[in-house]
Amino acid sequence: MPLTQKIFAVIFSVLFLYAIFEMVRKRRLLEQYSVIWLALGTIMLVLGLWYDALLFVTRLIGAGFTSSTLFFFGITICLLLNLQASFELSRNATHIKNLTQEVALLKHELEEKQKEMNQ
Amino acid sequence: MSPSDTIIILPAYNEANHILQTLADLSSVSTQAEYDLLVINDGSTDQTADLARQAGCPCLSLPVHLGYGTALQTGYKYAVRNGYRYAIQMDTDGQHDVRFLPEIHRQLRLKTADVVVGSRFLPHDETSPTPRRPIYAGTLLRRLGIRLFRIILRLWGLSVTDPTSGFVGLQRSACEFLATDIFPFDYPDADVLLLLHRNGFAIREIPVYMYTNPERGSIHRGCAPFWYMIKELLAVLFAGVRSREIV
Repeated sequence: MPLTQKIFAVIFSVLFLYAIFEMVRKRRLLEQYSVIWLALGTIMLVLGLWYDALLFVTRLIGAGFTSSTLFFFGITICLLLNLQASFELSRNATHIKNLTQEVALLKHELEEKQKEMNQ
Repeated sequence: MSPSDTIIILPAYNEANHILQTLADLSSVSTQAEYDLLVINDGSTDQTADLARQAGCPCLSLPVHLGYGTALQTGYKYAVRNGYRYAIQMDTDGQHDVRFLPEIHRQLRLKTADVVVGSRFLPHDETSPTPRRPIYAGTLLRRLGIRLFRIILRLWGLSVTDPTSGFVGLQRSACEFLATDIFPFDYPDADVLLLLHRNGFAIREIPVYMYTNPERGSIHRGCAPFWYMIKELLAVLFAGVRSREIV
């Protein structure tokens, strides 16, 4: 692996990890959602530094090129993360709906009680 | 608690132009002791809630606009919590002829079914009142959709003529069932009937009149009807393949 490629891979991984770290620090990303991204950044960093590991995985899955291995895992992980985001979104939509309904029901109840008290 | 055991659930989103007429129509077919009314204001940006309250109708306001299904289910939850035996849902935009409300109510009281659906396609007999305006059967796409949903529902043994009707009466048991997270709150339509049917609720249709709403046309143009059809088709198919919630 040429040195420039290695330097680029390492710089990119470090910046990526730093971005995730900063987002968690500034509370833009919850800790529980940062785990997967930190793991991904670490894997990128490891593969950038340790080319033999990438060669090993490539042989293991029977791919012809190391780039195929990276694309395969990269795209698969993106798909899974998107699916997970949709899952969270669906669950949150139900929660928001239930909470909104509860607010409306309780507010109405409160108004009725106040009306009764004023009479 | 009020003396009535029946609640009329009226989901409303930006219906300032129609709400007073609908409430006036409702008071013309019933005495106050017969039904309790509840407008569910689905985060309207106009005067819907104020007008309903001024007209003396209880109004429950959702703080944000989350759509018809959410508003409707809020009504079910309210009905269940406040001990109503029967709930009847209808639109506030004047599409549903309120003169058929007593008949839906009567069927509920006679316990002829758990769910009484007002159908615009069932033939009327001589006891029916004369229509007030030209009767509406839907746009071409809508009618094709209704035919398709009829066929799909029949595959699961449910024969209805108007699977997308929003003029529906429910026994308390059905209301309790739909007040849970089982309820498909995005586009409750034909899929709800299938859901109810597959979980053992008896469904019965009675003939009603429905009218067109001239202002409605505008929002149903463009891609919206197609998107609706695809979503509803998916919802119906999933409602058909899910395992029963009540065993």
